[in-house]
Amino acid sequence: MELQEFISNFADQFEDTDASEITKNTIFKDLDEWSSLLALSVSAMAEEEYGVSFKGDDIRNASTVEDLYMILKNKS
Amino acid sequence: MALIKYKNVQIKALSACVPKNINRNADLGYLIPEEEIEKTINSIGIREKRFADKDVCSSDLCFKAAEKLIADNDIERDSIDALIFLSQTPDYHQPATAPNLQHRLGLKESTLSFDVNLACSGYVYGLSIAFSFTSQDGVNRVLFLTGETMSKTISPKDKVTFPLFGDAGTATLIDKVENEVSYFSLNSDGSGADVLNMPYGGYRNPSSVEGFVEQKDKDGNIRTGEHLKMEGMDVFNFGIRVVPRDIKRILNFSEIIIDDVDLIIYHQANKFMTNFFTKKLKFSTDKTPYSLEKFGNTSSASIPLTIVSEMFEKDKYPNRNNVIMAGFGAGLSWGTALLDLSKCEVSELIEY
Repeated sequence: MELQEFISNFADQFEDTDASEITKNTIFKDLDEWSSLLALSVSAMAEEEYGVSFKGDDIRNASTVEDLYMILKNKS
Repeated sequence: MALIKYKNVQIKALSACVPKNINRNADLGYLIPEEEIEKTINSIGIREKRFADKDVCSSDLCFKAAEKLIADNDIERDSIDALIFLSQTPDYHQPATAPNLQHRLGLKESTLSFDVNLACSGYVYGLSIAFSFTSQDGVNRVLFLTGETMSKTISPKDKVTFPLFGDAGTATLIDKVENEVSYFSLNSDGSGADVLNMPYGGYRNPSSVEGFVEQKDKDGNIRTGEHLKMEGMDVFNFGIRVVPRDIKRILNFSEIIIDDVDLIIYHQANKFMTNFFTKKLKFSTDKTPYSLEKFGNTSSASIPLTIVSEMFEKDKYPNRNNVIMAGFGAGLSWGTALLDLSKCEVSELIEY
């Protein structure tokens, strides 16, 4: 699993946010478009692309996109 | 592995009753930022729910539905041998509600009756119990009542549960028929018991002053110990993990392919989630009826309510031979059934 690919898959879940705004250091919960439903999209993406799912606490405890990537990486 | 095949049993008739009182998600401005409300409604697919009055119980909604079913189909009350009431919102902790319904409906004393406590998987489970009794020599007809007053279990200050849940009561009549086969898969995973639960009010944590104290969670939602708590993401992950897989298992078991399926009727959890199942199964959303826009998630009542609300008109969804029903939720518990609804008499939805 590559960080760059994960960032791109993560960014794909957003409609109004430009992909260029999202980097590994982005505090994703600060993005205007972030919501609990977007969190579900991210989890569905993780399940589809990597066969791993996030728990509610994983998302709560993560701050940057890279944090999410590390959580996922440790699960797979 | 609980894979079950029943022969010569069918759903003969179905009816449902919802409260008149409408609760609109557009009015939740106090809970969800105005600019997010419409987006949330479109994503979960739930515009409004029905909430029962204070003095109306699940059993009352089921009673109305049962009377409608009996009248519409000219059912002899004495021909009913069993009554099953499935709910998590019964009249009392003790006794069971089913015997009272037997009495209210004027059914004979030799009616076997009992309650079942299950959540969103309940319709498929209850149907399987009803099919099992109906397969026996001494039982010809089973009246299966399932209903919930979820509105009484959720906190108006919880944005996870409050937009989702609503109330309904339903009645299903099961009887014997020639040349019919149906298939069930029933499952459980108690390791996820905390994902959807009401921590107080049972006997592990009895009703107490402490249980009625409002608490704010990490996401700012406020609940007491006697409100339903839901970990949305964990439920979502559970659903996508087990539901498409269980549907595939039923297809294997019954030796049909997904292209032969006429309809999939999901438990109406939220559209975002169930559309994801459909995509994963490479099935068409044209063949997955939804009633949740009008009634939300009514737990175990949502599958029969969807049939009554969306399939009363025969020309809507005309092909009803291979129908899959998928229920999943608290427990964790899930079940899938494949059966024929082509001869099922569906009553018009009524209001209480």
